[in-house]
Amino acid sequence: MKHRSPSEQHHGKHPRVGDCVAAASSTAQDGMEDKNASTHRELTQNPLKKIWMPYKNGLPEKHISQRKVCMTNCPTLIVTVGLPARGKTYISKKLTRYLNWIGVPTREFNVGQYRRDFMKIYKSFEFFRPDNEEGLKIRQQCASAALNDVRQYLAEDGGQVAVFDATNTTRERRETIVQFAEQNGFKVFFVESVCEDPDVIQENIVQVKLCSPDYTNCNTDEAVEDFMQRIKCYENSYETLDEVLDRDLSYIKIIDVGQRYLVNRVLDHIQSRIVYYLMNIHITPRSIYLCRHGESELNVKGRIGGDSGLTTRGKQFAKKLAQFIQTQSIVDLKVWTSQMKRTIQTAEALAVPYEQWKALNEIDAGVCEEMMYEEIQESHPLEFALRDQDKYRYRYPKGESYEDLVQRLEPVIMELERQENVLVICHQAVMRCLLAYFLDKSAEELPYLKCPLHTVLKLTPVAYGCKVESISLNVDAVNTHREKPENVNVHRSAADALQTVPPHL
Amino acid sequence: ISLVGGVVERPKMQRQVVPGQKGFYPKNKKRSSVPQFTNSPTLIVMVGLPARGKTYISKKLTRYLNWIGVSTKAFNVGEYRREATRSYNSYEFFSPDNTEAMEIRKTCVAAALKDVFTYLTRYQGQVAVFDATNTTPERRQVILSFAKDNGYKVFFVESICDDPEIIAENIKQVKLTSPDYTDCDKEEALVDFLKRIECYQQTYIPLDDDTDRNLSYIKIFNVGSRYLVNKVQDHIQSRIVYYLMNIHVTPRSIYLCRHGESELNLLGRIGGDPGLSHRGTKFASALGDYMRDQSISDLKVWTSHMKRTIQTAEFLGVQYEQWKALNEIDAGVCEEMTYEEIQEHFPEEFALRDQDKYRYRYPKGESYEDLVHRLEPVIMELERQENVLVICHQAAMRCLLAYFLNKSDDELPYLKCPLHTVLKLTPIAYGCKVESVFLNIEAVNTHRDRPELMPTYV
Repeated sequence: MKHRSPSEQHHGKHPRVGDCVAAASSTAQDGMEDKNASTHRELTQNPLKKIWMPYKNGLPEKHISQRKVCMTNCPTLIVTVGLPARGKTYISKKLTRYLNWIGVPTREFNVGQYRRDFMKIYKSFEFFRPDNEEGLKIRQQCASAALNDVRQYLAEDGGQVAVFDATNTTRERRETIVQFAEQNGFKVFFVESVCEDPDVIQENIVQVKLCSPDYTNCNTDEAVEDFMQRIKCYENSYETLDEVLDRDLSYIKIIDVGQRYLVNRVLDHIQSRIVYYLMNIHITPRSIYLCRHGESELNVKGRIGGDSGLTTRGKQFAKKLAQFIQTQSIVDLKVWTSQMKRTIQTAEALAVPYEQWKALNEIDAGVCEEMMYEEIQESHPLEFALRDQDKYRYRYPKGESYEDLVQRLEPVIMELERQENVLVICHQAVMRCLLAYFLDKSAEELPYLKCPLHTVLKLTPVAYGCKVESISLNVDAVNTHREKPENVNVHRSAADALQTVPPHL
Repeated sequence: ISLVGGVVERPKMQRQVVPGQKGFYPKNKKRSSVPQFTNSPTLIVMVGLPARGKTYISKKLTRYLNWIGVSTKAFNVGEYRREATRSYNSYEFFSPDNTEAMEIRKTCVAAALKDVFTYLTRYQGQVAVFDATNTTPERRQVILSFAKDNGYKVFFVESICDDPEIIAENIKQVKLTSPDYTDCDKEEALVDFLKRIECYQQTYIPLDDDTDRNLSYIKIFNVGSRYLVNKVQDHIQSRIVYYLMNIHVTPRSIYLCRHGESELNLLGRIGGDPGLSHRGTKFASALGDYMRDQSISDLKVWTSHMKRTIQTAEFLGVQYEQWKALNEIDAGVCEEMTYEEIQEHFPEEFALRDQDKYRYRYPKGESYEDLVHRLEPVIMELERQENVLVICHQAAMRCLLAYFLNKSDDELPYLKCPLHTVLKLTPIAYGCKVESVFLNIEAVNTHRDRPELMPTYV
């Protein structure tokens, strides 16, 4: 029976170095060779992430089991395809942001940017004419330079996914890229955006082209006119991905901003996730409101976690939140809470239906639940220091890490992408994770994002990013934000450790 | 706490804060701890010639949706036809000129749709899968009107395949053993069935890119090498598409087992993060031998993040991946207790758990229902993969097993998953073959049966 079998899956000619390290510490990968039981290894628990790992001679062994799920064996090259103003860069940036957030190191390479860096000044659409020999040569060079950087990123700098953002509208150009990928052992996945709706194209141009560096010195009409001509330059030679001619390629064709999708030959987990993501995003204007529950009883006592109720001030905030939502006059607002009392109490004041998500629960502080920072320092000084050393990856004993939180929140993000206007009432660590996704913050920044009580963040997608409005609802609350202290050494004094703890009762 | 007839009210059991009397849950919401995104019921309509995998997809999809908490039922029109006609004569029944048969077939469709209505509207089911060929626009229009009249969303799933090998394999696996062909020899059956397909071929009009552009559908080409997805309307349709794009029919086996016996197992304590007992290590070693004998190409091995599963995997001497999602159910305040201690310190909790073991959530812990939600990405990846050995825990294994063997919420928490026993699951026909292999290393029994119904106060 002709089906997907392991041998049909793409295997790069040059397997990644990372893959070989694990193999060295175990037997051959396929099947199980003769191995006697006495060679099993001792386990040690990594003190930061609380992950059990084998060790030898007192040192932990590098082992592929440290990663949560194997997304892919080879690096992946995502290649955009489409005429100008079809949303390629929008998709590239969004996809890159999403993949980085879920822990897949990804970078985008925009050939247009290489062209701008090289040319310095943009004159007119004539540069893109198919008969402009010099223009073609320069564009070819830029594409090569970009591919070179891609190779560097994926093969040497530890990247897992590279997004090659260019028009790639001819079969010939795409063939070059496929060969390049094959030579380097990368898998290729094409993302084509096809759109003929003049309104959508117009809106695109208005949102992102007019403010492009190419058009800084033009007025709107001139810019639009020039850009339309630019599109025409590509139209004649445009060869869309074809059902028959390109049947052996892996790709998704997005038609009319998501009305329809054509998906061909998805090879592995990461491609499946990419397809799922791309099929859930949309560009309908909307806003996402993020806020925490109102101030809680444990907040004022300086204690973390738990499942306490709102203080009087917290209840005031809830009322103010209800008023605020009214004034925003939002169409069809969805309200989500966690399953903890304090977010639900807050939502109750809004007097509208809401959905409870367990996934929105605050980070589980395990043995440190309901403790004050002073108490944690007293009873678990080592843990406290480790947390300050790597707050993103640090997992509380019998609890969670920010890294775990992100994994837990992924379905929430996916549904937020599908939805339109949503208000999410959650918790400090959770809100930091969601915010990091929308504002493209790194793992290092994420745990220190400022998400104060009684403040609503209104996020509105604009151009390639997100506009943020911070609205304080003018109800006092304790500060629960603890900055990273200077001294994170495990032997530090209590005073050094508690230097940045915010005041509480 | 009120004990009414021995049953405590639901809300406390689920450990959700339920606001007074105001019903803030959307209609059709099963008392579930995962958000429900469907407002209208959904009617999934299969489309395709015979032997294109429609029933396979219907049953699998139904199983998946029920497992994730979306109440779903499949309605196979072929079964209605078998009921109506008692005995099958030959392919001639399906000839487009056979007017008498046409009437019977139409009646069967009507009967099936009536049952769909009962399920979705009266019994508040969320999804119905209408499994029939539905190969003409006229027939599809009938269904669309029916759905419109009743306020159901419609999502078509069309399977298109022209690979003769796949079709032959299909026929062999599920048609030759069908009730239609009990008294035929294989050759006769095959010939008849191929003629049956021809009857449909003449009038088959696939969903059209242009005329059907306003319908919501997915077209699956050649068992998944290509998909066309049109107008996905909502969350559930998006999940269905994702699922359908991840399943495959390549033969493979999934091995499920628990970690070797642990130190806490020996003490009768639940949860925790202990290491293996001596017998546990012997099991791990035996597991290594067993897996080697299976001679599997490209076996993936998965464990949880807990020491006992990882220690077990270490004995196999191959790479393995750690999934936090495979961790044992979190027993919250009851972690590391014996059942006697739980009875002593938390007698109500203990009783509540026995009343609804699936939905019961330990204080500061989890429920089986939470576990299922947590395990969904594991199941999705298991569907994508081929040969996999999953070394996990009792509750986690029960959830996975329930998915593969289509067990209800009620049965799930009582499935028998003893230590030192490997379950080998091999998909065949419309279901799953299970081989239970005890590796001959003694271990304690950790299975607690459903207690007899009795008054619950202590």
